[in-house]
Amino acid sequence: MRYVIIGCSTSGVNAIKAIREVDKENEIVALSDEEKIYSRPLISYFLAGRVKEENMNFVEEDFSRKYNVKIYFSTEVKKIDTKSKTLLFGKKRINYDKLLISVGGVPIKPNIDGYDDSIKGIFTFTKLSDVRNIVKYIEDNKIKEAVILGGGLIGMKASEGLLNRKIKIKIIELADKLLANTFDKTASEILENKLKEIGSEVVKETTIKKIVSKSKKIQEIVLLNGQKFKTKLLILAVGVKPNLNLIKDTGIKTNKGIIVNEYMETNVRDIYAAGDVCEGTDFLSNTNSVIAIWPTAAKQGRIAGSSMAGKKIHYDGTFAMNSIEILNVPSISFGITNPKVNGYEILTKREGERYKKIVLKDNKIVGVILVNNIERAGIYGLMIREKLNVSEFKQELLKDDFGFLLLPKDVRKHYVVGEGIEV
Amino acid sequence: MKKIVIDEEYCMGCRLCEIYCVTFHSKSKDIIKTFRSEKDRPISAIVFEERGYTTFALQCRHCKDAPCTDACLTSAMYKDKSNVVLYNKDKCVGCWMCIMVCPFGIIKPDLKNKKVASKCDLCIGREIPACVENCPNEAISIKEL
Repeated sequence: MRYVIIGCSTSGVNAIKAIREVDKENEIVALSDEEKIYSRPLISYFLAGRVKEENMNFVEEDFSRKYNVKIYFSTEVKKIDTKSKTLLFGKKRINYDKLLISVGGVPIKPNIDGYDDSIKGIFTFTKLSDVRNIVKYIEDNKIKEAVILGGGLIGMKASEGLLNRKIKIKIIELADKLLANTFDKTASEILENKLKEIGSEVVKETTIKKIVSKSKKIQEIVLLNGQKFKTKLLILAVGVKPNLNLIKDTGIKTNKGIIVNEYMETNVRDIYAAGDVCEGTDFLSNTNSVIAIWPTAAKQGRIAGSSMAGKKIHYDGTFAMNSIEILNVPSISFGITNPKVNGYEILTKREGERYKKIVLKDNKIVGVILVNNIERAGIYGLMIREKLNVSEFKQELLKDDFGFLLLPKDVRKHYVVGEGIEV
Repeated sequence: MKKIVIDEEYCMGCRLCEIYCVTFHSKSKDIIKTFRSEKDRPISAIVFEERGYTTFALQCRHCKDAPCTDACLTSAMYKDKSNVVLYNKDKCVGCWMCIMVCPFGIIKPDLKNKKVASKCDLCIGREIPACVENCPNEAISIKEL
C-alpha cells in the first residue's frame, strides 16, 4: 500500500499529517516541483524583507522523518496513468494505491500585445523563485518605481512587498476598485487615499493594451484608455487558476478546478484532490467553487488525507475570506461583500479610516468588510458559518465593543461552555 | 485534555483573572513589580466582556481542530504534544490570519509591532492557570474534558 501526494504545500503537508494520524505503517511518497517546503503566502513578506528565506518553512525541520514520508523535490510529474495506477516523474515510474493531487494554482498570463516570456522586467508573483528573481532585478536595476497589473489579492500582496522596499507603485485595475472580489468602493477608497499620500496611485477601469520593449527589456506600457507609463518593472497579478495540466486525459472531472465530493474524492477511484487545484463546496452559495486560500487548503488537505487512510470525515465547505494589510491599514473580509442582486440588507459604519460593513440576507450575516477594525473579526466568521439569526441584535453588530456578549445567551453558552467547548 | 470552563453567572466582573494572567506572564511574576515598574508588561491573554451586569472572562478554547493553527502562514501558532495551542512570537509576521479565523475572537493583535500581542498558553509550568486559581468565585474553572 502506497500513498502518493503530488504537490507539497499546505494541503499536501496537512494530508500527510492526517494520513499518519490513522496509518502509521504504509508508505507515503510526496512529489514536489519546488526545491523545498515553504509557505507561499509568505513571498510578499519575503519581498518586503520582513521574513528571511530560511524562515519561510512552515513545517518542522525533521518533517519527513517525523511523518515517515519520502519527499522528492524539484521533480515534475509528467503523467498520471489511472488505469495502471502509476505516475511518471523524472525518469522514474511509481505506482500508487491512493493518490492526492494538491498541485495548487498557476498564474493567469494575460493576453497583451508585445508581451512574451523572454522580455526582462516582467514577472508573475506566486512562487519563491518569482520573488528571488524580482529582488535580484530590483537590486541590479536600482528600481524605484513599478507597475502592477491587477489590484486583486495577489496584486495587493505584491504591492505590500514593494511598498516596504520604498518602491513607488502604480496599480492598474480593470474593476472600479481594489480587491474587487472582497472590497467595496469605500474600503478601496481608504486604501487608494493611503497610496496617494505616499506618491503611489491606482489607475482603475482599464488595463494594459500593449507592452513596449527594447532589446528584450520592458520600456513602457500603454493602457486601453490611451495613457502611457514608462516602467522597468511590471508585475502581472491578474489572478491564478487551478493547475490542471497534469490531469488532462486522465478522466478526472473538472469544471474550473478538479471536482471533488465532501471527502475530497474525485470521480476517479482512489484519486483525491485538495487545495487551490480543486473546487470545494462554497458554504454560502451551496455550489462548488475554487476558494484559493491558505486555511481552506490546509483543511481540505486534512480531510483528504484522513479519507485516503480510511477515516472518512465529512467536509462541510468553506467561504471566501481574506486578511490583508497595506500601508499599515489592516483589513479582513468574509463572504459576499458586494451582492449583485436585491434581497440583501447592508449595514455600514465609517469613521475616518475605520470602516465596517455587514451584509445580511434573511437576517443572517453573509458578508463582512473590516478596515482598520479587525479585532475579534473571527466572531463574524463564526456567525456566518453558524447561519445565526441576528435580527435581535442587528444594530449592535457595527459597535466597537462588539463581542460574544452580543450573542443570545443560549448561543453564547453553547460555544463557550458547550460540549467539547469548541467549534 | 484540561480546559478552562466558563460560568458567566458566577463572574462578578472583578477582572482579577486579567491581573493574574499579566503577572504570571511578566518577568518578575510579582504583582506589585509587574504593575508598578515593569517595562514591556505583557498584555492579558483574556478577553474580558462586559455589558450591563453580565460579565465573563474568555480565553483561548484550545480547540481540537484549531482554525488558527490551520490558518497560520508560518506555523507560529502551533499545537504542542498535549494539544495546547501555543504561539511562537519569533515566527509571527502579523498576517492576521489567526484573527480572521478564531471563532472566539480571543487572539489580540499588536498592530504596531505586527505580532500577536497575547495568546493564552494555559500557564505553562502551572498545575492550575493563574486566572482560574485567582478567580474568587469560580467563574472560571479547569476541568478534564
